[in-house]
Amino acid sequence: MSIGHEAFTFVRELVRAESAIVLEPGKEYLVESRLVPLARQGGHATVDAFVADLASRRNPSAMRLVVEALTTNETSWFRDTDPFTALRQTVFPTLAKTRSNREIRVWAAACSSGQEPYSILMTAQDTPEISGWKIDMLATDLSQEMLDRARKGEYSQLEVNRGLPATTLVRHFERVGLGWRISPALAAQVQFRQLNLVRPFPPMGKFDVVFLRNVLIYFDLATKRDILRRVRQVMAPDGHLFLGAAEMTMGVDDAWERVPAGRSSVYRIREEQRTCVP
Amino acid sequence: MRALIVDDSRAMRKIVGRILVDAGYEVLEAGDGQEALDVLNSLDGDLPDLACVDWNMPVMDGLTFITEVRKQTEWRAITLMMVTTESEQDRIVRALAAGAHEYLIKPFTGDALVEKLDLLGLTATTVGDLA
Repeated sequence: MSIGHEAFTFVRELVRAESAIVLEPGKEYLVESRLVPLARQGGHATVDAFVADLASRRNPSAMRLVVEALTTNETSWFRDTDPFTALRQTVFPTLAKTRSNREIRVWAAACSSGQEPYSILMTAQDTPEISGWKIDMLATDLSQEMLDRARKGEYSQLEVNRGLPATTLVRHFERVGLGWRISPALAAQVQFRQLNLVRPFPPMGKFDVVFLRNVLIYFDLATKRDILRRVRQVMAPDGHLFLGAAEMTMGVDDAWERVPAGRSSVYRIREEQRTCVP
Repeated sequence: MRALIVDDSRAMRKIVGRILVDAGYEVLEAGDGQEALDVLNSLDGDLPDLACVDWNMPVMDGLTFITEVRKQTEWRAITLMMVTTESEQDRIVRALAAGAHEYLIKPFTGDALVEKLDLLGLTATTVGDLA
């Protein structure tokens, strides 16, 4: 079963309008594989039939499910390792010198099923310089389904195999049936909230650390620029932004500067831009 | 980089072996813990960097093998990873207490094994960066 041009175009336009994520031609396989479960649930023999039905009825709930299916991604614990090493060895110790209230505010801006915010909290617990500090963690995602999963904190065996050290697994999880559940103490530290990055941000205060990893790659240049500009508005002047390895601010929003942090790098608002965020 | 795969399942040795070869490893194999000790003794100091060890095997199980390896100071440089279907929390704790450095639960994907190598600082890219 292969998705037709008309169905692909409809889904592409829907996802573009709702999330600003651009599905380039050639991503038909992705649309097909992500929508097969929804088509089957709806009793349709093919994805084309499912999309044709969607296009005629325009049921908001069904359209939202389609957008969610196309905008969620597999994720692993301590994804790419180096950013979390940088967080433990460089970023948290730097913040420890200037935050006299012993509190650090972190925003995981595309938290998916929760591995990233929980990994950040585990990293904070392993950083002696901020031992006993409060980590005020906000985790957001476009997908309500992903947020529900993240809040529940239950993961399959396959999911906990992905990048999670065994010592961390036994320290922060408990066995539940065939899977694992994050410790209630850790789960209680995260506030999960639905947020669409392409829309104006709600009042959130200022963050010391923002994780915006592997999400800008899906947006066009104008949207990337707009998101990065608005992230500056919610960033503490000396805050730290983490992007994915394939993402950068150069040529997109040059108010940011790239600063080496161990084997990784972080982005900080340039000194001259810190007082004049538009 | 060299790895010793200790598993009584030939199919599993083949699967793990293929992933490790793709990751740049030379692979040695043993069908149980005793055979693995014999392999280590025969290597005359040219030891593997990593041993992937199943738990349940005939003759000598993986936990005993790990305990025996950790008793030998000359084998301290070998990184030990339990690769097993045993998934209870107390089993993981026992393996770590016996001296396992990591624990991977079957079934797993190739990516999961490579990510464990990354955690252990044993990926081919790590070797390249250090060279």
